[in-house]
Amino acid sequence: MSNVTEIRWHGRGGQGAKTAALLLADVAFATGKYVQGFPEYGPERMGAPITAYNRISDTQIRVHSNIYDPEYVVVVDESLLETVDVTAGLKEDGAILVNTQKPKEEIIPQLKGYQGNVYTIDAKKVSMEALGKYFPNTPLLAAIVKVAKIMDEEVFLKEMRSSFQHKFASKPEVIDGNMKALEMALKEVR
Amino acid sequence: MGKRERLSGNEAVAIALRQINPDVFPAFPITPSTEIPQYFASFVANGQVDTEFITVESEHSSMSAAIGASAAGARALTATSSCGMAYMWEELYIAASNRLPLALALVNRALSGPININCDHSDSMGARDAGWIQIYAENNQEAYDNMVQAFRISEHRDVRLPIMICQDGFITSHAVENIELLEDADVKNFVGEYEPENYLLNPECPMAVGPYSITDYYMEAKRNQAEAMKHVEKVVLDVAKEFAALSGRSYGLFEAYRLEDAERAVVIIGSAAGTTKDAIDRLREKGEKVGLLKIRLFRPFPAEAIAEALKNVKAVAIMDRAEGYTNHGGPLGADVMAALFRARSSAYAVNYVYGLGGRDVRVEDMEGVFETLKQILESGDAGETYRYLGVRE
Repeated sequence: MSNVTEIRWHGRGGQGAKTAALLLADVAFATGKYVQGFPEYGPERMGAPITAYNRISDTQIRVHSNIYDPEYVVVVDESLLETVDVTAGLKEDGAILVNTQKPKEEIIPQLKGYQGNVYTIDAKKVSMEALGKYFPNTPLLAAIVKVAKIMDEEVFLKEMRSSFQHKFASKPEVIDGNMKALEMALKEVR
Repeated sequence: MGKRERLSGNEAVAIALRQINPDVFPAFPITPSTEIPQYFASFVANGQVDTEFITVESEHSSMSAAIGASAAGARALTATSSCGMAYMWEELYIAASNRLPLALALVNRALSGPININCDHSDSMGARDAGWIQIYAENNQEAYDNMVQAFRISEHRDVRLPIMICQDGFITSHAVENIELLEDADVKNFVGEYEPENYLLNPECPMAVGPYSITDYYMEAKRNQAEAMKHVEKVVLDVAKEFAALSGRSYGLFEAYRLEDAERAVVIIGSAAGTTKDAIDRLREKGEKVGLLKIRLFRPFPAEAIAEALKNVKAVAIMDRAEGYTNHGGPLGADVMAALFRARSSAYAVNYVYGLGGRDVRVEDMEGVFETLKQILESGDAGETYRYLGVRE
């Protein structure tokens, strides 16, 4: 059980936190890992806070509970920092990744004294530049893969291209934009 | 031969159904089972199956249409959850009493109210006396494997009863996990063609299905259902044996995990069994003799085999993900305690109600249950045998 990486996603309904968790499960699976990706549904409406989870392991995963003591937390919407205790149970030797346009120094005071590593990414900038629309989940997926060292970046990009080719078979025009978002995000996370 | 994949429980069941390619699938959506007909509809649209997919206006109609199709001689099934199953209540009994071997992919969800979309077993537990075979799954792999085996059990000439293949709403239905799928051709061969002996559309042998039965015959009809149920355990084991030869995955009436030398045991159904296994491994590392009995076949209830498996256990906690409102516990607790009583067991037995409406169950919660059993053994007093786990008082 000690070799399980646990990740908790905080987002708002409609932002794709669940999709990002499922994509992360997909891409980790592709590298031979045992995976879990699952959402926790509260009220089913746009904008309501939602939580999604990932477990990634070298051995079979049997536990079916939510994640309370994650190694990593991803905050898809920084407005949640005010209302949700996003660092609850977060391990000090882990890290939190926040989607924000603000510098890291302005985010840290909002994290209730969390002593672990703090990373930020401006997913809006990446998404607008790469896709022309605001889909925060694609840049955040790349960012957490890098932060949590889930896999080699080249392998990640290769697997994601193949996943997008499958997922967007009916609209191949969006594949390059999504790939660009991933590549940019790998450089932009800090 | 198997194909490694990562799928949600709903997608896994939908793929099993694509491989089975049933004749008729009437469907009406309800969370969290909606994805099963949704995925299946895409298989129909893509021409991957030649199933007659009927979009009806309610669950009352989806089960009615499945009954009609099955009576006509077709292999039929539908999927539902919670209130959807409640709305097909009347039809559940009709399917069973007409000895129709159809299937229901049930994604367990709490019944209203308060209105709740998350997992507990109150829907299928309420239907435990409807005359259906009920089989439960711990994870997506078991949901898939059980679906592949379903029609072989249900259609067996000694059985001919409807079958409910259950999995936990959201916890397994919406969780993407690793899975190993069988080849399409292997599933097709394993399930085989359905050749009904008696059916409405057979001009050689005109028959009626579901006629009025007065006091003269009703009781014999019910006794016939009960007789058929007696054959289910053997058929479930025979089918599981064949399935193991095909897949390498073994199934029984239940799963015993580290139970052989266990002094304390938990009896549980569904996804929380996996969580319990992690708790057991942690406690075993400390030298504690703890184990698990995970129910697979709940109806009919394999009472003798369960009592036999628990015969060396000194204290047992039976976990119900549904209330029974008996003031004594839930339905699984009642069945297991009756089984222990008939086997003259002297084990301490307590019955927990847990996980209602999706209340999360953690490894630590299950460690706590084993700790309670330890205290019971030390004190020699079971105390209150009807308990709640994880509730705010």
